[in-house]
Amino acid sequence: MAQAQLPLDTPLSLPEHPKAWKWYDYFTFNVDHKVIGIQYLVTAFIFYLIGGLMAVAMRTELATANSDFIDPNLYNAFLTNHGTIMIFLWIVPAAIGGFGNYLVPLMVGARDMAFPRLNALAFWLNPPAGALLLASFLFGGAQAGWTSYPPLSTITATTAQSMWILAIVLVGTSSIMGSVNFIVTIWKMKVPSMRWDQLPLFCWATLATSLLALVSTPVLAAGLILLLFDINFGTSFFKPDAGGNVVIYQHLFWFYSHPAVYLMILPIFGIMSEVIPIHARKPIFGYWAIAYSSLAICCVGLFVWVHHMFTSGTPPWMRMFFTISTLIVAVPTGVKIFSWVATLWGGKIRLNSAMLFAIGLLSMFVLGGLSGVTLGTAPVDIHVHDTYYVVAHFHYVLFGGSVFGLYAGIYHWFPKMTGRLLNEPLGIAHFVLTLVGTNLTFLPMHELGLKGMPRRVAMYDPQFEPINVICTIGAFVLAFSVIPFLINVIWSWNKGKVAGDNPWGGLSLEWTTSSPPLIENWEVLPVVTKGPYDFGGIVHRPVMDEDDDEDE
Amino acid sequence: MEQIPASIWTLTAGVVITLISFWVGHNHNLLPEQASEQAPLVDDFFDIMLTIGTALFLVVQGAIILFVIRYRRRAGDDGDGVPVEGNLPLEAFWTAIPALIVIFLGIYSVDIFQRMGGLNPGDHAMHTMGDHNPAVAVVAAAPQTTATDAPPLLATKTNSVPEVGIGASPDVQGKMPDLVVDVAGMQYAWIFTYPSQGIVSGELHIPVGKDVQLNLSARDVIHSFWVPQFRLKQDAIPGVPTELRFKATKPGTYPVVCAELCGGYHGAMRTQVIVHTPEEFETWLSQNQTMAAIPSPSLVASHTAALGVTPQLLAQIAAAAQSPQPVPSSNHI
Amino acid sequence: MQGTVESQETRGVIDHHHEHPDFRVLGLLVFLISESLMFGGLFAAYLLLRGLNEQWPPEGTEVELLVPTINTIILISSSFVIHYGDVAIKKDDVQGMRKWYWITAAMGLVFLAGQVYEYLNLGYGLRTNIFSNCFYVMTGFHGLHVLIGVLLILGVLWRSRRPGHYSAHQHTGVAMAEIYWHFVDVIWIILFTLLYILTRF
Repeated sequence: MAQAQLPLDTPLSLPEHPKAWKWYDYFTFNVDHKVIGIQYLVTAFIFYLIGGLMAVAMRTELATANSDFIDPNLYNAFLTNHGTIMIFLWIVPAAIGGFGNYLVPLMVGARDMAFPRLNALAFWLNPPAGALLLASFLFGGAQAGWTSYPPLSTITATTAQSMWILAIVLVGTSSIMGSVNFIVTIWKMKVPSMRWDQLPLFCWATLATSLLALVSTPVLAAGLILLLFDINFGTSFFKPDAGGNVVIYQHLFWFYSHPAVYLMILPIFGIMSEVIPIHARKPIFGYWAIAYSSLAICCVGLFVWVHHMFTSGTPPWMRMFFTISTLIVAVPTGVKIFSWVATLWGGKIRLNSAMLFAIGLLSMFVLGGLSGVTLGTAPVDIHVHDTYYVVAHFHYVLFGGSVFGLYAGIYHWFPKMTGRLLNEPLGIAHFVLTLVGTNLTFLPMHELGLKGMPRRVAMYDPQFEPINVICTIGAFVLAFSVIPFLINVIWSWNKGKVAGDNPWGGLSLEWTTSSPPLIENWEVLPVVTKGPYDFGGIVHRPVMDEDDDEDE
Repeated sequence: MEQIPASIWTLTAGVVITLISFWVGHNHNLLPEQASEQAPLVDDFFDIMLTIGTALFLVVQGAIILFVIRYRRRAGDDGDGVPVEGNLPLEAFWTAIPALIVIFLGIYSVDIFQRMGGLNPGDHAMHTMGDHNPAVAVVAAAPQTTATDAPPLLATKTNSVPEVGIGASPDVQGKMPDLVVDVAGMQYAWIFTYPSQGIVSGELHIPVGKDVQLNLSARDVIHSFWVPQFRLKQDAIPGVPTELRFKATKPGTYPVVCAELCGGYHGAMRTQVIVHTPEEFETWLSQNQTMAAIPSPSLVASHTAALGVTPQLLAQIAAAAQSPQPVPSSNHI
Repeated sequence: MQGTVESQETRGVIDHHHEHPDFRVLGLLVFLISESLMFGGLFAAYLLLRGLNEQWPPEGTEVELLVPTINTIILISSSFVIHYGDVAIKKDDVQGMRKWYWITAAMGLVFLAGQVYEYLNLGYGLRTNIFSNCFYVMTGFHGLHVLIGVLLILGVLWRSRRPGHYSAHQHTGVAMAEIYWHFVDVIWIILFTLLYILTRF
């Protein structure tokens, strides 16, 4: 092989599994996209646990109909920050900052992202944002819900609310920086031999996500700036007595926050498109349908936000228009689900932990998606808006969807990131606990909402207590489900079975380098000769397996 | 031995799924009783969506389970699966069917919404307060402001007549409602004012079968007025008058639930709507109108001072007048 | 494998760290899409509030036209001026670029001074009423962006002191400052239309 010209400062790989960075590098301003990706994933997971503790506190309160566990205002602070943390500091950073940063350069055959220093800066905005949120509890904690509607947000715990706003501005800025990076990287830095139809679907998903974040996040920033001014500088944008209007806030907020849910699921859909073909040993079914449907969701998803406001100050024509647009956005999502199920057909399915979570996602997300369709129609939404039916819906799509998908991604790419496999029995235990816990917690909530229990309440009608007890038990199961996962990750990071370059027999470019990859990913950039899902026809494709004893 | 053709199995599965879905759609018992004219409309729509959703879920879930069992990797087999990358007719089919379902649901949504009165908020046959009790006319005309609010620095285009919410259903379009109640939400209670009858109450009392219009307002933060048994909800928004117009169809007592986070005691912001038979409603009205005939303290203070009636006593009387219980005789003037 | 590392010919590709083109101008353009939408959110709020309030602007808080119009002329002209600077560096004329960029910076500072003068002489402040809320927040944020633009130009001028730092084929910073400056100008034109023209005509 002809040797490439390398500058003298390029680190060369070691013959064994190279671990080029030291552990302390992960606590620094490091510009390597893989370090940043892991920084995002670990930080996000810590916030997941913090947000989860808040949820456990809330569910403990809700085991009884009375408000008898914590102060109701603290309860509201928990519910506000639980939602805020899970969205802005767990799912979005893990899916986009974590997996996006780690995988995109590898998958397109680049050495790093287009703007490595911007990347590091974007990550380092997150810990201060989290710190601000947690510190806000010293001032009571923001208590107006993650939606922060004025006038409640302009009159309640205003110092904490201001800190909340600043924290969101920080993560929003991080998100916009990340979007710029991904768009330029995916668009311009594919290795020259890669055609657009050979781009992994995870990259298509990340591209669609980044376009969406680029366009919607700044509108939230505008709304929050106006809110900050109303709280601190005596303006009246959202004060009706002085000529302001509170519904304007809702429009500015939801213009971003609806696309935000697509930010939380599109990268997950990307993970699904990578995990399922490999572990079923089959090409992805409907490559272009999945790629284009991501872009379709991105476009249509910008025009559905008023379905969060069907009972608010919205005129009839608006309620009808957005009912129809919301129904339309269900179609491209359905296409993806069918394509993944069809990918299973005729495969050689390995039910390892990654695949279990991916398949679990298929079921759970469908349930959440169907309840979403009912919520998207104004007549039904008028009954169930702001009830536990909505809580059920979004936890099915965000937990059963996004969190399951993140877990699938972790089990799938942990070997690439660390060079070691996660333990399978622990993974299966984790999966079973998570599946049972999720359904036990959130399935009964549909009935709660339909029968009359509103959301965001610390005290409720006693007729709902038996069902609430079931949900609380489920929440504790979910809390415990994290334990086998944490043990697995911590133990396997250093002591797990050595994975080799390509434990799963994958075909995308990240599997062509070592595990973990060299600092600059490859000594020589790869040349693409086939697509990333070109399975089929090979009789003997050896992989690391639960019944294998030998290494690759 | 010959196998049963796959098409027979598929047909059987289809029939079974259809039957299960229809059964679920009609027997789910997930919704509370229906007590308004709009409730059956909403429930029918929900039932249809639940039926379709159940069918879709069973189809997808069934396929997943089937494929995971049938195409599970057998031990020792580490070859690839079938190199199928797509199937245009199949993909067109599973794009078209959801698209058709979605179009159908969209049209049905508009139809249901129209029959609920959702397309007609602001269809008010009366915009004058002529037949209201003058003592409470000021309150009725501007439900979202109190006498102590500073006047807004700008005249706003929003007048005090709601143009947002659920309005007259088609059969009463263009007609005046039988009963108008002004509903004011505040942290953490609802206050119901009957402008024509001069009654103020902490519970909503309405007659069955009559066209009732609620004018919603909020003084401090956003609240939301929801009666699950009516299937109706509308936010009460400071600065934006909103309405709910409906007919109750079943006498009984139903919860009124605040459905927008409004502070620490949002969950405790509940009251009741009592749907009376016409006779019971008349009884309730006359009981409470006697109480309400006493005008507000500030109005009469200057006149009663000479009689030795102190402002404190007046305030006591006015407060007692707001409770639905008969006033003890010792407090009568 | 999708990629075959083992059998790759290098095909003349030099595999080292800086092997990809400079994408910073593209990155700035993508970022400016986002910034446009932030102003867009403010503009949408402004238009909605204007629609909801009968008298706009309210009594006593009209806008004055003289200084803002002069400012508009200055800002629009400065876009032409900075463009001459870009033309100059494309001809390898660093001194020419510096001259034009100094003039642009000066014009930007005059604009900002004009804003401050206007604020001090309007007779109403941020808190006066809903219109003044909008006016000060919108022009304030724009002014902040003008200030950042001036700082970027000054940064370019500072860097240009090193001989050879900017040249005809290497002047990313010059281009970025110019694009940003045009952006600030376009936002001002929209602002001027919304706050001044729409309220006076």
